[in-house]
Amino acid sequence: MKKFFLLILALPLFVAVTPASAAINVLACEPEWAALATEIGGERVKASSATTALQDPHRIEARPSLIARTRNADLLACTGLELEVGWLPILLQQSGNARIAVGQPGNFEAGSVVAHLDVPTRLDRSDGDVHAAGNPHIQQDPRNILKVGEALAKRLVAIDPAGAAYYQSRYTAFASRWSAAMQKWELQLAPLKGVAVVEHHKNMEYLMQWVGLKQVGTLEPKPGVEPSAAHLNALLDQLQKQPAKMVIRAAYQDGRASEWLAQHARIPAVVLPFTVGGDAQAKDLFSLFDDTVARLLEGGK
Amino acid sequence: MYRQSIIAMALTAALTAPVVRAAPVVLPASAAPVSPATPVTVTTANAELAQIRAQLQQMKENYEARIAALEKQLKTSASAESRVPESQPLPANTYASNAPTPAMATPAPSAAGFNPAVSLILGGTYANLSQDPNRYRLQGFIPAGDGVGPGRRGLNLGESELTLAASIDPRFAGQATFSLDADNAVSVEEAFFQTQGLENGLNLKAGRFLSGIGYLNAQHAHTWDFVDAPLAYQAFLNRQYKPDGAQLRWLAPTEQFIELGVELGRGSSFPGNDRNRNGVGSTALFAHLGDDIGESASYRAGLSYLRTAATQRAFADIDGSGAAVTNAFTGKSATWIADAVYKWSPNGNPVQTNLKLQGEYFRRTERGTLAQDVDTQATGAGSYRATQSGWYLQGIYQFTAGWRAGLRYDRLQSGNSTFGIGLDAANFSQLAAYNPRRTTAMLDYSPSEFSRLRLQVAQDRSHPQATDNQIFLQYIMSLGAHGAHTF
Repeated sequence: MKKFFLLILALPLFVAVTPASAAINVLACEPEWAALATEIGGERVKASSATTALQDPHRIEARPSLIARTRNADLLACTGLELEVGWLPILLQQSGNARIAVGQPGNFEAGSVVAHLDVPTRLDRSDGDVHAAGNPHIQQDPRNILKVGEALAKRLVAIDPAGAAYYQSRYTAFASRWSAAMQKWELQLAPLKGVAVVEHHKNMEYLMQWVGLKQVGTLEPKPGVEPSAAHLNALLDQLQKQPAKMVIRAAYQDGRASEWLAQHARIPAVVLPFTVGGDAQAKDLFSLFDDTVARLLEGGK
Repeated sequence: MYRQSIIAMALTAALTAPVVRAAPVVLPASAAPVSPATPVTVTTANAELAQIRAQLQQMKENYEARIAALEKQLKTSASAESRVPESQPLPANTYASNAPTPAMATPAPSAAGFNPAVSLILGGTYANLSQDPNRYRLQGFIPAGDGVGPGRRGLNLGESELTLAASIDPRFAGQATFSLDADNAVSVEEAFFQTQGLENGLNLKAGRFLSGIGYLNAQHAHTWDFVDAPLAYQAFLNRQYKPDGAQLRWLAPTEQFIELGVELGRGSSFPGNDRNRNGVGSTALFAHLGDDIGESASYRAGLSYLRTAATQRAFADIDGSGAAVTNAFTGKSATWIADAVYKWSPNGNPVQTNLKLQGEYFRRTERGTLAQDVDTQATGAGSYRATQSGWYLQGIYQFTAGWRAGLRYDRLQSGNSTFGIGLDAANFSQLAAYNPRRTTAMLDYSPSEFSRLRLQVAQDRSHPQATDNQIFLQYIMSLGAHGAHTF
């Protein structure tokens, strides 16, 4: 018994002297930041995402595997803006990892470098699941990807100064490819300017703002509240007076409400990948937007 | 590598810290750690030093320029917007793309920003019990205390839990949970500080806290999947083990989740009691192992050991003549707990459907002496030894968003207590061997993450004389700060 006790106390001492592995271990809260870290960090980073595109980033369990991964991370790249408020604090607390504590260079919050939409003027839970700092689904606007990329490159330099030139040249290359791709997407999307759409949850605002889509309704009566029959019927009535071109949802969202509305309002239901891995085509950030654009154009025909 | 990173961190911090969105000053390209225009090519340490010097010089100039700009701006702008206006993003150069630290992104408006996060849990039940709850007992087990039993009949206000939590400083965070019960009594459920961002996977916690032994023990009652605690928790831990003491946890730096913990406590809570002595009154050890099984499933398994002692731990009993007496146990108590939980949801997305299976096994050995009828001192004492066990298994299935159904089966094995010379087993009718069992079913509905309504029915055979058929209705409401939930 006493030996077991002593062993427990002594184990951390053995592990403390174990050298860290060479690559910078990036744990992203969402797949888009893992993809971005790979674009910029290349071979110097080992990036993985805590969540997948088929999971609702608001509703993740602080699983043991995530705690273990947080423990070993050199850089935590998350959206912030309270998106991960239900699970990330547990990971941070239980990880016992000083490198990624709030305020440390290893704690990177993508949401802090972009402008926020939907900042509530009042905070009351009767308004549903509102985020005090604004809408957190910032990755849907490719201009934000660029801004976050720039900040992330700087953060990687701060954590791994030996790779400064490497990160910088990779970021520069990424930025020019991304800018070119954005031009292409914006040209393709021009016909969708001003098109009315219905969305499932208020998670497409940044995309709609970039494309110029006009949101005329949401399937959820309030953010985070499940679509109800009464609300859907009211929405259908509204669409008969003020039609929408399509109803869009993210890959992780349940399709029943969306399909119901599509069928009754006779408009296409469009499933967007939302983030990297949301469908077979969205393999990286470029193909994510290629696919998003293609699906929007298809739906807007 | 290490020194370089410190210098770079200091530089980055110094560069980014004072920029609070307002200053539209563009950094000189070479001062920024990364700039697309000028690739940094550093080969030797000397060159790096020279560059750092140059950067410092540039920083100084840059600061002066920035301070001047800020002062100018302060004079011109009457009121500074702290938030970005809705649906109207600022032009790209207005907000600093060299990120300030997250904490600085949205500055708190006043001192109130430092107030702890407050959350309040409101709970209440309606209980319909076919047997008198005042006569409830787990036959074969020394009564643990008021944590045993289904509670009162009829409409009840449950415990209201008030939690305050905040960071204390960069090293520590604190939390207190006060429980206000229906009898207007306030008790300290938890009050502890814990380290944050300690190195090497270590976490230290001290104060009063929910012990890390078992699985359910570390979770607040309002997060439980049933109205009441499993019988094993009631019998062996008086519902929940909350030591006053310190806890050290260590998380292994492995891919797999391996966590070890040790707790040293005062030892005053059941199965221990207040013994008016120096030193450590209880020791608990636990080890947890966990991982994902593919995309959709994950598990955690654990083994815990709790060792404590009791002096004159009194309990009510009926002696051989049928008279109500108070007996007392003095001795050592050691409890082993094995626990496991498995969760499944399609693609790991639990919003629509998910499944949770959970089970725990308890085994406790108590050895020492029993004193009979301690109030009158009329009769003697003798040695006593009992090894008792119990387990429960439960499954919860969410079949559609917000709706869950669950089943639980509880069973305890009292074993045969060994009474020494001077004691007559007939004088300890409470300890006569029996295996209590209970079957419970529940259905609950959660309109949102913050509210839950529950129906629970149970058939409780905790003693041989009667079967208690129980029906509960329960509400659990959560106000205030959004708490994060453990696995």
